[in-house]
Amino acid sequence: MSGNILDVQNLKMHFYMGHEGIIGGKKKYIYAVDDISFTLAKGETLGLVGESGCGKSTVVRAVSQLYRPTSGKVLLEGKDLTKLNKTEMFSARRNMQLVFQDPYSSLDPRMTTAEIIAEPMQIYKKRGFVKMSEAEIDERVEHLMELVGLSKFFKNRFPHEFSGGQRQRIGIARALALRPHLILADEPVSALDVSIQAQVLNLFKDIQKEMGLSYLFIAHDLAVIKYISDRIAVMYLGKIVETGGYKDLYANPLHPYTKALLSAAPVPDPAVERKRQRIILKGDVPSPDVQRPGCCFYDRCSEHKDCCRQSQPQFIQPAGAADGHQVACFLFVQK
Amino acid sequence: MTDEIILQVKDLRTYFYLDAGVVKAVDGISFDLHKGETLGIVGESGSGKSVTNLSIINLIQTPPGRITGGQVLFHGEDILKMNSNRLREIRGNRIAMIFQDPMSSLNPYLKISTQMMEAIQLHQGLNKKDAKAKAVEMLKLAGIPGAEKRVDYYPHQFSGGMRQRVMIAMGLSCNPDILIADEPTSALDVTIQAQILELMQDLTRRLGTAVIMITHSLGVVAGICDTINVMYAGRIVERGTTDDIFYDTKHPYTQGLIKSVPRLDRDTGERLFSIEGQPPNVIDLPDCCPFYPRCHRAMEICRQKYPPVAQFINGHCTSCWLYSPKDAGTFNLKDEKK
Repeated sequence: MSGNILDVQNLKMHFYMGHEGIIGGKKKYIYAVDDISFTLAKGETLGLVGESGCGKSTVVRAVSQLYRPTSGKVLLEGKDLTKLNKTEMFSARRNMQLVFQDPYSSLDPRMTTAEIIAEPMQIYKKRGFVKMSEAEIDERVEHLMELVGLSKFFKNRFPHEFSGGQRQRIGIARALALRPHLILADEPVSALDVSIQAQVLNLFKDIQKEMGLSYLFIAHDLAVIKYISDRIAVMYLGKIVETGGYKDLYANPLHPYTKALLSAAPVPDPAVERKRQRIILKGDVPSPDVQRPGCCFYDRCSEHKDCCRQSQPQFIQPAGAADGHQVACFLFVQK
Repeated sequence: MTDEIILQVKDLRTYFYLDAGVVKAVDGISFDLHKGETLGIVGESGSGKSVTNLSIINLIQTPPGRITGGQVLFHGEDILKMNSNRLREIRGNRIAMIFQDPMSSLNPYLKISTQMMEAIQLHQGLNKKDAKAKAVEMLKLAGIPGAEKRVDYYPHQFSGGMRQRVMIAMGLSCNPDILIADEPTSALDVTIQAQILELMQDLTRRLGTAVIMITHSLGVVAGICDTINVMYAGRIVERGTTDDIFYDTKHPYTQGLIKSVPRLDRDTGERLFSIEGQPPNVIDLPDCCPFYPRCHRAMEICRQKYPPVAQFINGHCTSCWLYSPKDAGTFNLKDEKK
């Protein structure tokens, strides 16, 4: 086993959308995630960024096996999750926990804080995977609440008694309950206000340092991703188009889409805003219901060539780019 | 931006009377809007941004809400005292609004043309044919390709960004003096957001429309606003030109807000600055500075009385005891009653 906690290879997630016509027509699919590969080292944070509909959340669900992937491998600590049976999967899930976007709908309104945080432990205890007494669980709940910055006196309160930021802390405490090695966080701060967002982001960083966790962190906000991530993967229309270290990717974006994305993100500084030249992309993101023979960004790219339409660009590391900074674009293919 | 003041809000108060108590959603705010100015209102959820704007066009649902005091002078005429006929002449005509979610503010059963022509016919007295021509012209201005054909589409046939373009075209179709935009780009992706902001800026400049832009994003206001109101718990805590707010920040809340946004253009460092604590519960707020429990420079007086407005140059002002030391010194709880 290498030092990678997560190794995703050629992951595809296609959703069957019925037939065309009444009888015998072609099968229709949504190609939500189409052939992506990435790795995540121990203690590292990989930020996955892209616009709505590009397949970020589907990646999280396919990796956590909430969806059974169409094809591809998901290796968690060397074990291929796509090949496990139910019991094995149940056991493997302990090491991989989720934090969701909406802290309002991801907590059961009829359970108290303590019950919510203890639930993963109770479930694994029932099936005999965890041996903990009730007192130990209780103690762990209190410890977790303290860890995420909630007073243990809130134990018997219900979710509606908390603000959005506090609820997200409960969600994080629940995810940490089973001492996982990997946290999949799907837009965990996008529903929060600016001042609270900063608190929760800092909490994620603190916990990582303390427990040596790895994060697969999803967000559409580029600045948030830059702050939290060690490495970043930019997704567009079900594919990863560029990946690299957070500094390299922001200092020297290669793919035309990454460039447009970075130039479009507003910066809270009037002087910077006045000076900058935005790359305004034409049109909207196309629908993912056809598999394109060429580059997925072809229709909106200002620098496209003939070959972009015909075949798909492979991941390469262009000359002069930093180590590990890779891009899938024909502009960097030497002829 | 010119010197002509088109909208004056004076000591506006909008309270909501709930079973749990009184929510002072907007509690005594005052500001001016000049012709052609783009004003940004920033603040966190619950700070009263949207209620401010609904109060300006007198759209507060009563009960539970009530505008309990203040004036909103539009060209010198108080909107809060107008009868419904006069209000109808102003809403959508002289003051137009666009909302955050374009799908829920368009009627899914009606064609875009029907919805756009309704306002144009009502306010401009055009016949059907001319109104439709005007609608097509506005859609073209808003950058919708194939406007002649797409004017007869239904809302679901447009994407999110396109729908927001339709809303902008509709809002500007009667050439209003003021366009109120309530989080117009928050539901959109960054690349689409850039398109829409560019469009709004371009169109309102060309037509000389003043814009009140509500947003929680400091990046958006930095890019397009001339002046900024920063709101916290129903009050304007700081107001000034965009440069003053960003480079000569006075109020500790504004300072914290600007510092706690992760930045793309520079290294934020290991730890992000964050304002500790939670936003206050707005039910039955005491008459003190609502920010003092989270403020790192709080003083004794902050706990007792709301600070007066301290003025600086260029209309830059803030409500904070740090800048009113004289009052702070002579303050006596017994003889001061507001």
